[in-house]
Amino acid sequence: MRVIRIDKSDWDAGVEKLRDTYRLIGPVKEKFYHTFAALEAGQIPDMEYVNSRISPKYAIYPQSEIILSCSLNEDDEDYKIYHEPEDKNYEQKAVLGIRPCDADSFELVRVNFDTEEYKDPYWLRAYESTTFVGLACDSPCPTCFCTSAGSGPYSDKNLDIMLVDKQDHYLAEIITEKGEKLAKAAGWQTEAEEGATDAIDKSRADAESKIKSSVGTENLAKQSLLDLYEATVIWEKPAFACINCGTCTYACPTCWCFDIQDEVHGKESFRIRNWDSCMYPIFTTHASGHNPRGTKLDRVRQRFMHKLKYYVDKYENGIQCTGCGRCVSLCPVNIDIRGICNMMNSYDPESCTCEVTAS
Amino acid sequence: MESYIDKIKEISKRLLEEGKVDMVVGYRRGSVPTMHQPFFARSKAEVDELVWDSNCGLNLANYITDSQENIGILATGCNSRNIAVHIVEGKVKREQLHIIGIPCKGMIDRHKLSAMAPAPIASIEEDEEKGKVTISGEGFSDTLNKTEVMQENCTLCLHRNPVIYDELVAQEVAEQSKDEVDPHARVKEIEAMSPEDKWAHFDDLLSDCIRCYACRNACPLCYCPLCFVDESHPQWVGKSLDPTDVRTFHFLRAYHCAGRCTDCGACVRSCPVGINVRDFTKKLEKDCMELFGWEAGLTTEQRPPLDTYKPDDPEEFIK
Repeated sequence: MRVIRIDKSDWDAGVEKLRDTYRLIGPVKEKFYHTFAALEAGQIPDMEYVNSRISPKYAIYPQSEIILSCSLNEDDEDYKIYHEPEDKNYEQKAVLGIRPCDADSFELVRVNFDTEEYKDPYWLRAYESTTFVGLACDSPCPTCFCTSAGSGPYSDKNLDIMLVDKQDHYLAEIITEKGEKLAKAAGWQTEAEEGATDAIDKSRADAESKIKSSVGTENLAKQSLLDLYEATVIWEKPAFACINCGTCTYACPTCWCFDIQDEVHGKESFRIRNWDSCMYPIFTTHASGHNPRGTKLDRVRQRFMHKLKYYVDKYENGIQCTGCGRCVSLCPVNIDIRGICNMMNSYDPESCTCEVTAS
Repeated sequence: MESYIDKIKEISKRLLEEGKVDMVVGYRRGSVPTMHQPFFARSKAEVDELVWDSNCGLNLANYITDSQENIGILATGCNSRNIAVHIVEGKVKREQLHIIGIPCKGMIDRHKLSAMAPAPIASIEEDEEKGKVTISGEGFSDTLNKTEVMQENCTLCLHRNPVIYDELVAQEVAEQSKDEVDPHARVKEIEAMSPEDKWAHFDDLLSDCIRCYACRNACPLCYCPLCFVDESHPQWVGKSLDPTDVRTFHFLRAYHCAGRCTDCGACVRSCPVGINVRDFTKKLEKDCMELFGWEAGLTTEQRPPLDTYKPDDPEEFIK
C-alpha cells in the first residue's frame, strides 16, 4: 500500500478525467439531505457531506431492478422468452466518497449474494465492476457506533482507495490494484511526503476517540438462541413501539432481502427485483394465508435476531451491522439497535434480566 | 409542557393502583434528541419512565387499535380526535378508555430542526417559559424560538385542547381561531397552480419516496388488516418505484383518510425522507369542510361523511 497526495485544487480535474473510463457515483445534496447519485457531466461530489440519508447499497443493489424482460407480442421471435434487458450496464464505475462503514457493509452482505452454491449475477457483476474511493470519517454522528461493530471511521478493509481529508489536500491510501488503476486514470500520482502514514494513524486515533457510543457483542455467540428468542424482557417494549414500517431495513446498508415481481406493461413483461422488508406482515405470509410471523413481536424479534444472532452463528463473521446508526436516527419510534444489542449480549436466562443501556 | 409530567405520573399511578386501567400508554425518553418512544406502563416503576415534552409528536391512538384491555392514554387535541374516530369506527370502546387530556402547545419538527443544525444534534433543551429551544452538537449551540421549529400542522392547529377526556393534566390552553391562522393557505397555493405546475409539484413531492410505508403505519386511521398495496390476489399496485405505483399509494391512502384525518402530522414526522404527506391530506380536509361542513374527530356520535349517505349530500364533485 502506498500513500499519495491529492491537492484539492487537482481534485475536480481528476474527477473529470475519470469520466472517460468510469461511470461516477457520489454524494450530492438533493433537497435537504445527501444521496448517492450518478454524477452528471460537470457535477462534482459534495465531499463535505456527513453521510447519505439512505445507505448507498443501492449503488450495487438498486431498490427496484429489472432483471429479465420478454415480449408478449406473438409475432416476435422471442415471444415469452425471458432475457436480460439490453440496457444492463456493467462497465466499470467508481463510487466516490463512500464512508468506510458503508463500504464494509458490502463484505457483510457478500456472504448472501456470493456463495459456493449460488452466485447472484446481478449483485456480483455490479460489485465487481465497482471501484470504491472511500472518505475517512472525521466527524462521526452521535448515533455512530462503528468501532464496536467491526468497522471504524478509518476502516479501509473494503476500499480500493481511502481519502483522508487534510484541509487543502487529501492523503490517499492506494489499497488495491483497482485503486491504483483509478488513481492513474485521474492523474493523481504525487507521492505523499514522508510521515504521511503516521499522519493518517493520528487522524484515525482522533476519529475513533470521537465515537462515544458502543455495543457489546462478545457474548452473542455464546447465548442460547432459544433463550434470546423467548426473552420477553428484550422484545416486549420495542415490539409495542414498532409500527412495522420498512424504514430501518431500507436505510440499512446490510439488509439484503428482496422480492421478485412480474409486471406487464403493454406488450412487454418485466421480472423485477425489489427490496423487501421483514417488518412487513406479507413478507412471510404463506399462500395458504398462514403467517408464521403473525405478530409485530415476531417481526421485530426477527430483524434483530437475524442481525445479531443468526448471522453471528451462521457466518462467524461478527454482527450483520457496521454501526452506521441510520436505523437509530431514522426510526420514527426510536427503536435503538444499540440498546437491543446490549440487552441481547447481557441477557441472563436464569434471572430473565438484562442490562438496559441509555442507547 | 415538561411541567405536565408530575401530574401525568400522579394520575397514571392512581389509575393503575385503583385498577381502573391495565396500562397507561404514553412515551418514554428516547435515545435520540427529538425522538421519544411510544411506551406502555403497567407498574408504578414503569410510570416513572414516562416523559412529556415537545418531542411526543406521534399519535398514540395508533397504539390502542382493537385493544381488549382497559387503557389510560395520554391525549393531546389531535390524539383525542383520533380516539374519537376510533370509537365511532368501532376500533375501541369509550368505556375501555381513561383519557388523560393534555392541553397541547405544539410539537417540534424534527426534520426542520435537523436541517437547520450545522451538524448532527446531540442534545435538545426546551425553556418552556421563554418559548425557546436550544440545540447543541459538535462545535455548535443554537437557541431558537419554538414557534420557528414547530411542526407546521401544530402552527395551524385549531384544537389544541382534547375534545374528549376524563381528566386534564393542566388548564386548557388558548385556542387559535381561523382569523389568526388559515389552516388551508398551502392547499390554496397548490389549487391555484396550473395543471402543469401541479403535476410537477406532486412529481417532485413524491420523488424521494422509498415505499417504507412509515406514513401509513404511523397513522391511526390506517388499520386495515390488509392494505390495498399489500394485496396480492388480486394485486392492485406494483411494488417497484414506478412513479405511477408510488402515486397510486399516496393518492388512495389520502382518500381513505378523507373526513377522518385530524392533521396530527404523524405521517410527516415519520417519513424518513421528509415528504410532506400533508399536501394530500390537507386538501381532503379542506374539501370535507367545504362540502360537508365537517371536521374529523370532534364527536363520537356521528360517522364521517364519506362513510354515510344522505339525500342532501353535495354532488358537485362527482359530476
